[in-house]
Amino acid sequence: MSTQAADIDHGDHDHGPAKGITRWLYSTNHKDIGTMYLIFSLVMLFIGGSMAFVIRAELFQPGLQLIEPEFFNQMITMHGLIMVFGAVMPAFVGLANWMIPMMIGAPDMALPRLNNLSFWILPFAFALMMSTLFMDGGGPNFGWTFYAPLSTTYAPPSVTFFIFAIHLLGASSIMGAINVIVTIMNMRAPGMTYFKMPMFCWTWLITAFLLIAVMPVLAGVVTMMLMDIHFATAFFDAGGGGDPVLFQHVFWFFGHPEVYIMILPSFGVVSQVIPTFSRKKLFGYHSMVYAIIAIAVLSFVVWAHHMFTVGMPFVGELFFMYTTMLIAIPTGVKIFNWISTMFRGSMTFETPMLYSIGFVVLFTIGGLSGIMLALAPVDMVYQDTYFVVAHFHYVLVPGAIFGIFAAVYYWLPKWTGKMYDEGLAKLHFWVSFIGLNLTFFPMHFVGLAGMPRRIPDYPLQFADFNMIVSIGAFMFGTSQLIFVYVLIKTLRKGEPAEQLPWEGAEGLEWTLPTPAPYHSFPTPPTVE
Amino acid sequence: MFKKVAVFGLFLALVPTVAFSDWQLNLNRGVTDTSIAVYDLHMLVLYICVAISVVVFGVMFWSIYHHRKSKGFESHEFHDSTALEILWTIVPTIILIVILFPATKALINSYDTEESDIDIQITGYQWKWRYKYIGEDLDFFSVLTTPTDEIRNKSEKNENYLLEVDKPLVVPINKKIRFLLTSNDVIHAWWVPDLAVKKDAIPGFINEDWTRINEVGIYRGQCAELCGKDHGFMPIVVKAVTQEDYVIWLAEQKALKEIEAAASQADWSMEALLVKGEGVYIKNCAACHQPNGMGIPPVFPAIKGSPIALGPIGTHLATVFEGRPGTAMAGFGEQLSSVDIAAVITYQRNAWGNEVGDMLSPTDVDKLKGGE
Ligand code: HEC
Ligand SMILES: [Cu+2]
Repeated sequence: MSTQAADIDHGDHDHGPAKGITRWLYSTNHKDIGTMYLIFSLVMLFIGGSMAFVIRAELFQPGLQLIEPEFFNQMITMHGLIMVFGAVMPAFVGLANWMIPMMIGAPDMALPRLNNLSFWILPFAFALMMSTLFMDGGGPNFGWTFYAPLSTTYAPPSVTFFIFAIHLLGASSIMGAINVIVTIMNMRAPGMTYFKMPMFCWTWLITAFLLIAVMPVLAGVVTMMLMDIHFATAFFDAGGGGDPVLFQHVFWFFGHPEVYIMILPSFGVVSQVIPTFSRKKLFGYHSMVYAIIAIAVLSFVVWAHHMFTVGMPFVGELFFMYTTMLIAIPTGVKIFNWISTMFRGSMTFETPMLYSIGFVVLFTIGGLSGIMLALAPVDMVYQDTYFVVAHFHYVLVPGAIFGIFAAVYYWLPKWTGKMYDEGLAKLHFWVSFIGLNLTFFPMHFVGLAGMPRRIPDYPLQFADFNMIVSIGAFMFGTSQLIFVYVLIKTLRKGEPAEQLPWEGAEGLEWTLPTPAPYHSFPTPPTVE
Repeated sequence: MFKKVAVFGLFLALVPTVAFSDWQLNLNRGVTDTSIAVYDLHMLVLYICVAISVVVFGVMFWSIYHHRKSKGFESHEFHDSTALEILWTIVPTIILIVILFPATKALINSYDTEESDIDIQITGYQWKWRYKYIGEDLDFFSVLTTPTDEIRNKSEKNENYLLEVDKPLVVPINKKIRFLLTSNDVIHAWWVPDLAVKKDAIPGFINEDWTRINEVGIYRGQCAELCGKDHGFMPIVVKAVTQEDYVIWLAEQKALKEIEAAASQADWSMEALLVKGEGVYIKNCAACHQPNGMGIPPVFPAIKGSPIALGPIGTHLATVFEGRPGTAMAGFGEQLSSVDIAAVITYQRNAWGNEVGDMLSPTDVDKLKGGE
C-alpha cells in the first residue's frame, strides 16, 4: 500500500486542478465537490442558526417583543428546512465525496458529472427557497412538516416556490445517492469485499438506498400539494372528498427514513473515530452492519408514530407502537458496541474522540426519550410539546452535527495537510457541549409541564426555563464561530500534518500522502 | 460539569425570575384515571431509562477513566463476543416487553369511548374553539381573552396569561364525557394536560376521545397543532363542576340565549350598533383584518376601502354570513348572534374612513337566519 502512495507522488499523469472559478464551477473532482458541499453546509448552518437565534430571542421572555407570530412561523419553518436539507444532508454528501473514494481505494466518484450537477442544484434551490421570505405574503409558515391543508388551501402564495425548491433538493439528493451506490458497488479496490469495507462506507451505502427510496415519496407529496393548489384536485382537501391525514401518512413515510438518513452517516463516522482513539478494532463489526440494515428496514414501518393523535384505528396504533419499540434493539446494539470498543482500549481524547463520546452520550439520551415517545398512550401527552423538540434536537444536534464535527476534525489533517489547533478545537467542543445541553435539556421540562411547540409566546409558568434555553442557544450558536476560526487558522498557519496524524488510525485513506493528492488512487491498491 | 453548575448559578443570580413561573420539571398527575395511568406509565419508563443510562454511562465512564493511554493502559484484543452480542439483544427485548404490557393496557383504555353520559362536539377554528353540547341545544365559541396590551408588554401579565377564555367548556365531574372532534379549516389539536386528552381536530374527520374528571376545578390547555398565525393564542379552559352546578349552568345558558334572541327584536340605533360592532370586531375579526382595518395583504384583505364594505350591504352581509369557502374567511352566520352580525357589519361600513353611512338591523340578519 505504501508503494501505492509513492506512485501517486511521482505519477506524471496526475494533473492538478484547473485555475480560477472554473475549477469550482465545472469541477468533477470528488475532493473539490466535497469541499463545496461542506462549505455550503457550513454557510447553511449559520443561516439556519441565525433563524434559531431569532426564534430564541423572541422566546426569551413571555410576550411578543421582536417579531410577529406570522414571521415567527416562517422562521421555525425555514430553520427546520435549512438545517435538514441545507446543513445536515449536504455535509454528509460532502463527507461521502471526500472520503468514500479514499476509503475504498478508488480514483474518484463513479459519476463525476452527475456529482457536479447534484451539488450545483443546491445553491439555486436554496436561493429559491429563501427568496420566498421576501415575497408578498411571506415565506412558508406551516412548519417543516408542512401539514395540509395549512400548507395548501391556507398557504401563502409563495408555497409554489417552496414546492419547486423541494423538488430540486430531492433531485439533488437522489443524484448524490446514486453516485454513492455506484461508486461503492463498482469501484472498491481488489480485495475489499463488502465485509472489509470501512463502517462509514457501509452506513453511507445504506443511507443512499434510503434516499432513493424516500426522496421520490417527498416529491410525490409536494406534487400532490401543487395539484391541490393549482389544478383543482382534492388529495388533501376534505371539502372535495380528499383526506388531510393522507398527507401525513405520505409525508412521514418519507420523514421517518429521513431521520435515519440524517443519523446513519454519523454512526459511520463515530465507528471510524472511536476505534482509532481507543487503539482497538471496532467491536462487533458484523453485528454493527446488521444493526444498520435492521434499522434501515424497520424505518419504513414506523412512520405513523409521528401521528399517534390523528385518531388512527386501535390496531394501527398498536402496530406502530410495537414496531417503533423494535428499533430500540438494533440501536442499542450499536451503542453497546461503541462502548465495548472503548472498553479495554488505550484511549486518548483528541477532539474527534471528544465529539464521538459526546455523540454516544447525548444520542443515547435522545434515544431513550425516543422510547418514551414510542409509547402511544403516553405520547398522547408528549406529542407536539417541547418534549418532542428536545428529543429530536438531542438526536440531531449531537447526533448528526457532532458526527460531522468529529469527521471534520478527524480528516482535516488529511484534507489540508495541516494540523488544527487542538486547544481551540477542544474549547469549541466544550462550549458547544455545554451550550447544547443548556439549550435542549430544559426543553424536556417545559415540554412535560405542558408547553406546546411552535408557539411565539407562552404562559408565564414556562418563563424561567425558556430563558435558560435561549441563553444556551446563544452560547451554542456563537461557539460555532470558534469552529470557523479553527478552520481558518488551520488553513493559514497550521503545522504540517504527518501522513498518519492519529496513532491508531487504520484504513486506505491514511496510506495516501498528506495532503491527499488531487486524484486519490489512479491505480487501485490491493487489500489483503 | 462544575463549569455548567457555575454558569447556571451565576445566571440565576442575575435574572429576576418572572412571577408565576414555577420550574415545573415533570408531568402533572392530572385529575382523571386515565391521566394517572399515563403518569404512572411515564414514571415507569422514565425510571427504566434512568436506570439504563446509569448502567451504560457508568460502564462507559469507568472505562474512560481507567482505560486511557495516559495511565499507561495497553489496548486489549477484545472486539468480538457472540455471547455479549446475544446478551444485549435479549436484555433490551425483555425490558421492552415489560414496558409494552402496561402501555397496551393504557391504550385499550383510552380507546374505550363507549357508553358516554355526555357528548360534546368540539370544532377547531382559526383561532378559537367551538363547543356544541349534543342533545342540549347549546352551542358556543370559546375565545382567548388575554388583552392585547398584555401580549404587547404594555401592561402587567396576569396569572392566566394566554390561558384564559371568555366561555370555558363546563362539564360535570364523575361523568363519562365523550368528545367528538373536528375542524372547520386547518388541523388543530385539542389538548388539556390535566385530563391527558390530546386529539387532532381534522377537517372532514370526526375523532373521538373521552374523559371522566374526578375533581372539581379549572383545567387549562392549548392548541397543540400548528394551525397558522395565532396558533399560540387559542387556549382551552375546562371547568369541571358538580352535577348540580352543571344543571344550573345549563339552565342559565338557555335563559341567556332567549335574552339574546329578544335583543335582536329590539330597536337598535346606529350609534348603539357602532359601539357594539367595535367590540365584536376586535374579538372576532381583528386577528386577521387587524384593529385598524388594514388587514395583512395579500392573505388577509383590508376592510378599509374594501369594495365589499363600500358596496351593496347585501353582498357584505352574505360575505360575513357565509364566509368564503376555501379561504381563512369563515362564515360567521352560525358563530355570531344576529345583533353581533348587524353590529359588526355596520361598524365595518362606517369605521376607519369607510363612510357608507348605512346600517344593518338585526332583524334583517334574523330573516337570513330564518330563511336559511
Ligand atoms: C381567520 C381570519 C379571518 C377572520 C377572523 C375574519 N376574516 Fe374576513 N376575511 C378573511 C380572508 C382570508 C378574506 C379574503 C377571502 C378571499 O380570499 O376571498 C376575508 C374577507 C372578508 C371580507 C371581504 C373583503 C374583500 O374586500 O373581499 C369581509 C367583508 C370580511 N372578511 C369580514 C369579516 C368580518 C366581519 C369578520 C369578523 C366577524 C372577519 N372577516 C373575520 C379572513 C378572516
Ligand atoms: Cu389551533
